Amino acid sequence: MPSRPTSTLSISGLIMTRLCAAFLFIVLLFPAFAAAGPGGTALPNVEELWRVLTLRDYNTRVVVAGTTFLGIASGLVGSFLLLRKRSLLSDAISHATLPGICIAFIALQIITGNGKSLPGLLAGAALTGTLGMATVLAISRYSRLKDDAALGIVLSVFFGAGVCLMTIAGRVEGGNAAGLQSFIYGKTASMLLWDAQLITITAFCAAVVSVVLFKEFTIVCFDTDFANVQGWPAGILDFLMMSLVVVVTVIGLQAVGLILVVAMLIIPPAAARFWTYNLRIMLILAAAIGGISGFIGSALSALMGSLPAGAIIVLVTAAFFGLSMIFGSSRGLVTQWLRHVRLTHRVGRQHVLRAIYEVAEELNSDDPRSTVPIAELAGKRSWSARRLRARLRRAAREDLVQFETETSVSLTERGLVHARRVIRNHRLWEMYLITHADIAPSHVDRDADMIEHVLDAPMIEKLEGLLLYGSEEPAYVPQSPH
Amino acid sequence: MLDWWQTYDTWIVVTGALAAMSCALPGTYLVLRRMSMMGDAISHAVLPGIVIAFLMTKSLDSLPMFLGAIVIGILTALLTQMIRRFGGLDEGASMGVVFTSLFAVGLILIRVAADHVDLDPSCVLYGAIELVPLDVVTAGEGNLEIPRAVLYNGGMLLVNLLFVGLLWKELKISAFDPDLATSQGFSADMMHYALMALVAATTVTAFHAVGSILVIAMLIVPPAAAYLLTDRLGRMVGLSLVIAGSSSFLGHWWAVEGPSWFGFERMETSTSGMIAVATGFLFLTAWMFSPRHGLISRWISSFSLSLRIMRDDVLGTLYRITETGSTASRPVSRAQLRETLPGGPVFGTALWQLRVGGRIDCRDGGFVLTPRGEKSARKLIRSHRLWEGWMVEKMGLRPDHVHSTAERLEHITTLEMRTELERQAGEPEHDPHDRQIPREDE
Amino acid sequence: MVLAEDKLSNARRHRPEYGSDHPPEVPLSIHDMTVAYHRRPVLWDVDLDFPEGQLVSIVGPNGAGKSTLLKAAIGLVPMASGRVTVYGRPFAKQRRLVGYVPQRESVDWDFPVSALDVVLMGRYRRVGWFLPPGRVHRDAALEALNKVGMKDYASRQISQLSGGQQQRVFLARALAQESKIYLMDEPFAGVDAATEKAIVALLHELREKGCTVVVVHHDLQTVKQYFDHVVLLNMRVVATGPTEAVFTEENLKKTYGGRLTLLSEAAHAIATDKHP
Repeated sequence: MPSRPTSTLSISGLIMTRLCAAFLFIVLLFPAFAAAGPGGTALPNVEELWRVLTLRDYNTRVVVAGTTFLGIASGLVGSFLLLRKRSLLSDAISHATLPGICIAFIALQIITGNGKSLPGLLAGAALTGTLGMATVLAISRYSRLKDDAALGIVLSVFFGAGVCLMTIAGRVEGGNAAGLQSFIYGKTASMLLWDAQLITITAFCAAVVSVVLFKEFTIVCFDTDFANVQGWPAGILDFLMMSLVVVVTVIGLQAVGLILVVAMLIIPPAAARFWTYNLRIMLILAAAIGGISGFIGSALSALMGSLPAGAIIVLVTAAFFGLSMIFGSSRGLVTQWLRHVRLTHRVGRQHVLRAIYEVAEELNSDDPRSTVPIAELAGKRSWSARRLRARLRRAAREDLVQFETETSVSLTERGLVHARRVIRNHRLWEMYLITHADIAPSHVDRDADMIEHVLDAPMIEKLEGLLLYGSEEPAYVPQSPH
Repeated sequence: MLDWWQTYDTWIVVTGALAAMSCALPGTYLVLRRMSMMGDAISHAVLPGIVIAFLMTKSLDSLPMFLGAIVIGILTALLTQMIRRFGGLDEGASMGVVFTSLFAVGLILIRVAADHVDLDPSCVLYGAIELVPLDVVTAGEGNLEIPRAVLYNGGMLLVNLLFVGLLWKELKISAFDPDLATSQGFSADMMHYALMALVAATTVTAFHAVGSILVIAMLIVPPAAAYLLTDRLGRMVGLSLVIAGSSSFLGHWWAVEGPSWFGFERMETSTSGMIAVATGFLFLTAWMFSPRHGLISRWISSFSLSLRIMRDDVLGTLYRITETGSTASRPVSRAQLRETLPGGPVFGTALWQLRVGGRIDCRDGGFVLTPRGEKSARKLIRSHRLWEGWMVEKMGLRPDHVHSTAERLEHITTLEMRTELERQAGEPEHDPHDRQIPREDE
Repeated sequence: MVLAEDKLSNARRHRPEYGSDHPPEVPLSIHDMTVAYHRRPVLWDVDLDFPEGQLVSIVGPNGAGKSTLLKAAIGLVPMASGRVTVYGRPFAKQRRLVGYVPQRESVDWDFPVSALDVVLMGRYRRVGWFLPPGRVHRDAALEALNKVGMKDYASRQISQLSGGQQQRVFLARALAQESKIYLMDEPFAGVDAATEKAIVALLHELREKGCTVVVVHHDLQTVKQYFDHVVLLNMRVVATGPTEAVFTEENLKKTYGGRLTLLSEAAHAIATDKHP
């Protein structure tokens, strides 16, 4: 199968590919540049690299373990979010956690005198996160506004309230609210063993729930009404699913910060989709991409101490996304492009062969291999002279067509066999459509699939019987039904 | 109440109002095109643009920064579009991929640059509107000191007004029906990217007053509130400007006085945050109280409709019970009514209204129709039975299939309709169930 | 229609470079069109010439590619191969001459505009960039609304209109465009009897003006009654020609295949037509 690019590939596709490549390039190489830059630390040596990757340091071990598990859990939960087409709900939820954190801090500070209890803060975060999620759903359900506006409203208003409360928290007597800022950008390095354990346990629970309820979540994502009719408590399942999003968001706050935790939920599943159409595999891949990104990202940031870990982790996932989008085996750009090129060539070749055969038949019905002037072919289809010539030359290279003179061609022996098969296939399909149009013909790629592969022998015999009016070339080229 | 107010505060409010109003203009079209989150995406994504321009020029208000933001804004829109089209992801997810990645790049740039310049990420995220009056330009001979931010945001507002004013119909058509816009020669794609560029430019102008996240509140919330209040595009734009302006005032007022209402004495909080809260408050008000699309008015109208139907049903039931039995004018107990009618607050309220309106009387622990009530009841029963007769006669429906339809139609049948029904059905005396059709004027 | 004639003589002077065998008089000509979604062909080698000044219906089963044909013709859906000419010139240069009435669901009916605003959108190309539409255009839009019997609803917000009224607003918008060729995607779908009548009257008026109207139609019963010319489509063109000649039981069988319910509907349509 020839696969040289031709002009048939749309220009926007090319620009697109290049832009994506550029995006990928920036995203992939950026951390390296940043590290080598004047502000960053020097590039680490091999020994240091080895130490980090094998998790020799206690601190690194804690951080890396925490972010890896976070990545796995967010990959799993995010997949459902993506299928539900609600990816950006995570954005609204994560911004809505800020007021909760601040309220919890102020309350704890006033009551216990120490506002910096992580479970307390996270509980506050979960509370307003859930409230934010419920508000989004309420606005899009009980007003004429659509999802997008509901998300924007909740996100910005809750965050605004959070900013106000944070200012107050900073001025509460005896309080030191400096740590609250770290929830916005994330501060992985300051993670304690206890934090990592919390993340790990919660992530594990979230992962277990999404695996156990895989079937139920899938049906709710795919068709909520159907799930309801089938007797599944779709509302509760939906709420549970969104609660898992809140949970993952909340535990991700400390690791990557509330703005970037969104990326952990959206990007790994989006990347996984380019590799598979199978939901199970997609979930596994998303978890793997999330986990590996968490691992690599936090290890990298441990190597380059001054860089924010959250941002590095996100860029690693973005790099995975870029790679998947370009090389993904099921809907990656390269795959799509190759498919497109192959289709164009195949269709082009078949059209050329059919045109030559038909013109030859018209000119000289005894010999389908007789010489045909190129000018005659042009009228058969909407070819420009240049396009036609290019197609003919390609067919000649494939030994289907030979140039008799500059301006005329004929079929080769091989070309004749090919042409007959194409025409027979085409006409049989046409006959089939006419007689059996009810059997979902749109699911068949007629040009690609030889009719024998789809229909059984008796059916083909029947069709041939309908087509052949005592032709001298049995089973080769039936007359067109038109 | 506002005795602490000074010129300083006026400038803060003016800056906030100008920023919010200039955001509300492009925001209107974001809401209408259902791409509000594009505002979120762009305002996050401009971070690297701002940082790069800042590193190059060492200043926060420069032309390169402005241009950088516009480029990044268009790039965000372009990448989102492409991931969506070629990757087959939904719009939200593709936006999420693009803006989080760009934001991460921005954060790293800030950290890398931290040694050279003093750029506080929190300043970029939620601004410093309190400091706005300190950076002034002196204009004119009267030594009028105008804050720089007022000039910038005012200028942006003018640009946006000009944009929206000049391209009014082009923006309208490309938001409503992009295919038609394109076929009319106003490329919908071009309008889309122009709008995105404008959003980015507005965002970056407003961001040092209010920060890049709270800008979203100004972009989305006032137009969303206005959308609930009106059905006209012109009014929607006007209202969102008003809401944007007043949220700035409310925001500053609450920022200064608000904390003390909750027991945090002598404390001020962030004005920009409060402006976002104020837009949220105004949105909530619109959502609840909007005359046509508000929750409360919708709830009231649906409640009053069910009340009316319940009143009719009570009258009808009383009439039927009185009509069938030999129990004429014997009071019908509440329990008897509840056999055919659903209970609940609607039922109670309907009974109360009927009594107050003098249509039924309370006697011996039961209810009877007053003459006035009987007149209304007769009209209803008449409508019901005429409809039944008409449906059986004219539409060929089976007599046992027409009751529920007639039940719905009886509530909306006017005198003219009854007369017409009677005429078409040949002035029947009895309905298909052989019950008498009461006369109107008895 | 002075402008249209202008274009026409232009078209005669500049013959298309690819040696078209179609005379420029053909208002809309589709040649060799193949459209594929992903790998699956939806339309297959479609060749069609639409006759001038006639009402043409496109008929075929669900999924036969009827709507796709219209959308591909005006470039809303990319073609895998083929070309479309309008009065002998490529469609891109003749956009002005083609008015398209999309399916009703294709726009957001909550949009804050009035019926008149929507109809005015049909005039925007004439108004041009930046300028607001003037008196003349408002009058033309009102006139178009009047023709579809919607003048009283001019200032209504579009979400407050019934489905049939919305469809009529769309038709008025197409009228206001003053095109030579109209492509309408299922205008009769889900409309009330009054609207159906209004649409038919409008179609006749357009024909009187010499316009060519192509309608995607799903009701076999009314094809003979409403249309002069019919295209039977099921991924490829099964038959095309004057309704009397083409709308036959045999051709319908070819189009609908063994879809029994539809086939009996078609047979019924023909039977009732033969013996009224």
